[in-house]
Amino acid sequence: MRDLITDVLKGQRADYIEIRCEESQATSIVYRGERLEEISRALNSGGNVRALVQGSWGFVSFNRLDGLREKVALAVEEAKLASREPFVLFPTKPVVDTVTPQLKRDATAVPLATKKELLEGYNDIMLSSPKIQSTRINYRDVKRRITFANSEGSYIEQHKTDLAGRLTAIAREDNEVQQAGISLGSNGEFSAVEGLHEKAGEVARRAAALLSAPQVKGREYTVILDPILAGVFAHEAFGHLSESDHVYQNENLRQIMVLGKRFGGKHLNIIDDPTMVDLRGSYAYDDEGTPTNKTYLVREGILEGRLHSRETAAKMGERATGNARAINYLFPPIVRMSNTWIEAGAVSFEDMIGDIEEGVYVKDWYGGTTSLEMFTFSAGEAYMIRRGKLAELLRPVVLTGNVFNTLHNIDAIGDDLDMNQGGGCGKGGQYPLPVSDGSPHIRIRHCVVGGR
Amino acid sequence: MKDLRKVLHSAQKVAEQAEVFSASARATTIQFEANELKQVQTKESSSIALRIFREGKVGFAVATGGGWEALVDMAVETSQFGGPANFEFPSSQNYSKVRIYDPKIKEVPMEKMVVMGKELIARIKGHTLEILCDVQVTKGTSSVSLVNSQGGEGGYEKSFFGLGLEGILVRDTDILWVEDSASSCRPDLIGIDDLANRVIWQLEMAKKKAAVCSKLLPVIFTPHGVASVLLSPLVLAFNGKTVLEGASPLKDKLGKQVFDKRLSLWDDATVAYGVGSYPFDDEGVPSLRLPLVANGVVTNFLYDLQTAALAGTHSTGNGRRGGGSPSPAISSLIVEKGGISFQAMVEDMKEGLIVEEVIGAEQGNLLGGDFGGNVLLGYKVENGEIVGRVKDTMIAGNVYQVSRELLGVGQETRWVGGILQTPPLYCSGVSVTTRGS
Repeated sequence: MRDLITDVLKGQRADYIEIRCEESQATSIVYRGERLEEISRALNSGGNVRALVQGSWGFVSFNRLDGLREKVALAVEEAKLASREPFVLFPTKPVVDTVTPQLKRDATAVPLATKKELLEGYNDIMLSSPKIQSTRINYRDVKRRITFANSEGSYIEQHKTDLAGRLTAIAREDNEVQQAGISLGSNGEFSAVEGLHEKAGEVARRAAALLSAPQVKGREYTVILDPILAGVFAHEAFGHLSESDHVYQNENLRQIMVLGKRFGGKHLNIIDDPTMVDLRGSYAYDDEGTPTNKTYLVREGILEGRLHSRETAAKMGERATGNARAINYLFPPIVRMSNTWIEAGAVSFEDMIGDIEEGVYVKDWYGGTTSLEMFTFSAGEAYMIRRGKLAELLRPVVLTGNVFNTLHNIDAIGDDLDMNQGGGCGKGGQYPLPVSDGSPHIRIRHCVVGGR
Repeated sequence: MKDLRKVLHSAQKVAEQAEVFSASARATTIQFEANELKQVQTKESSSIALRIFREGKVGFAVATGGGWEALVDMAVETSQFGGPANFEFPSSQNYSKVRIYDPKIKEVPMEKMVVMGKELIARIKGHTLEILCDVQVTKGTSSVSLVNSQGGEGGYEKSFFGLGLEGILVRDTDILWVEDSASSCRPDLIGIDDLANRVIWQLEMAKKKAAVCSKLLPVIFTPHGVASVLLSPLVLAFNGKTVLEGASPLKDKLGKQVFDKRLSLWDDATVAYGVGSYPFDDEGVPSLRLPLVANGVVTNFLYDLQTAALAGTHSTGNGRRGGGSPSPAISSLIVEKGGISFQAMVEDMKEGLIVEEVIGAEQGNLLGGDFGGNVLLGYKVENGEIVGRVKDTMIAGNVYQVSRELLGVGQETRWVGGILQTPPLYCSGVSVTTRGS
């Protein structure tokens, strides 16, 4: 492979060329109610070429390696069609390396029968719970080998594994349908889906309880977010804004996101770090071959850094952070998060809730999205807070707000950091990218909670 | 076809029935970022999938880019745990012709696509100079082939042309997003004028800001708004799988009046040059124009072969694959237009909202029909006039409640995202929540 790539890169007239090839194997299991809806295996192989000529990119993706030289030539031709201001990519040292994950029990090597039996057990627990009409179980593990080479001499082979899934219970009574679920995920470690029998039962009971739960009255509340949901908040509300491809060509956004500006209280620290060990968003080199770093996005409330590709770093005069990622060979790398979290503070949960006269406690993740300024995310579980104590269960709630106000409105940060590995991130049609996020409990004043 | 037959042949040695499906596509996209041409990309992909019935159970495997030899073994492995094979693959059929390929696609030069993108951006900048536009111009072709052990066989080619624009306008910490797109199998049906006019209308309406209080208000969902807010819960509820498992609120509503009498909705895989159209679905079942709601009465659900067999009915030609095994999915959804103009709806409103785009709308209890989220683009109406854009505003409601009695179904219908054709819908009693009140 290395010889082939070195050979096809010869004599091409481009400022920079990279080739990324990928082979993957995936297993997917889906239950829908008592029916095993899908149990399938997939083999996938393909690659792409990206070429930079005079400041513009050409990109070609393919399934078969034959005719690679012509594919490189096509990418170069495409790049020449465009016409932007030429620039020089942020320099990275050429690297030759092979990275292999160390797993205690690799999910991709676990027999299909074991996976099926385990999931069936959870499904039976949920289905036999009162008022449960149906269930959804999604499980997917994937093992990939990604080979990256560029015209600067890098040649990196990375082996990656990923596991993701969700258990959902659907309760029904008369015309009312409610659901509750939990998301699962790991860097391929099978233990992430083991021993969830008790949780499966809890999920089913919660779905049933929602049938008779009241809807929150929509208005501003003081809210407490649990570590999972606060992690989603860090990701949606602030993380995406830190992705420099949103910012680098937008003069007005650059003014808003100027380094050194205050975004929150002194207690607020937000970090993105792909070098963390054993998390879903962990990796050694990004998809441009840049070695990874820990990046403080916000330190003591002040905007300190942001996430970069080699292009955005060059254009903003900052350092490449190793955050250029592609979901697979069909896509060019774009600026993405890895593991993103709010650092632990010092406030206990009891102190946080104690002086709330009326508020909402929101837990667990259901979804989240952002328009940069405005964010919205929904809680899997919500309770009223009355006179400093947790009160009745609520129907699922949606929180929304303006990031610039909301970060300032965080007035307490807990001491109980926890990382969440469920879900996946979507951007520019690339979904779901393995990421993780986390936080301790946080309290936000004046947060809009939607209901009817 | 030759490769497919080879796989079929070796699968038949170990299975009672077998089906081989292949899809390939090639698309070229011109991408503008922040008003400039950033990247040109060509994507090629091909995959081949095998489904078998072995010892009465279904096995499935898929491979892209080679590894076809391993397909039979992989499908056999999964069949040990697979669901019951309770249906037959369709035998030989006469598929009626659905127009989905325009040979002119091959003649569209990349240079012309570049010019389209540049002209579109120039038009939008002509209205709002500081706007930054991301534009994509895409042309592509795809082909599908299918062969099964029961004598069923088919193949088709399809063309695609699409134009999309997303504009962002930042003033202080205020961010305005505008967006629109158009697509068709016929490149000459896609021009920049309509798209530019719609985006300019959005910019014009959003020029001023308007305040709104928290309360129940009437809302006009524009075609965009219908796609963004109301579509997802309905698509889920009409899916035969959701119905079969009893999770759809419509499960026992066939033949019953659930929606406003003025509401009619159908799934139509036969629309000429529609990007969701096909002569047969991904299981070889002929495509249909299938009424889902007729004058407010629920008339049909969407089925693939397996779900239909479990439900004791027939496939509606909606078995689609998104990389995995087939599952019921829409082709193109069409909402019948009504009798009231958009202008008349606006004039009818004393106080209300026009909603174009909501973020987070898919996060609520979709199965129950709930919708809700932050209004990314929407306008306030006061005394029959659009007074400006709303911000920091959430809407919430239930699609069954708001569509039981509509205030009006619009006259002007249009395609959104290539798979939904709808007029604006005028609804009452949507909960609006905003900051500070």
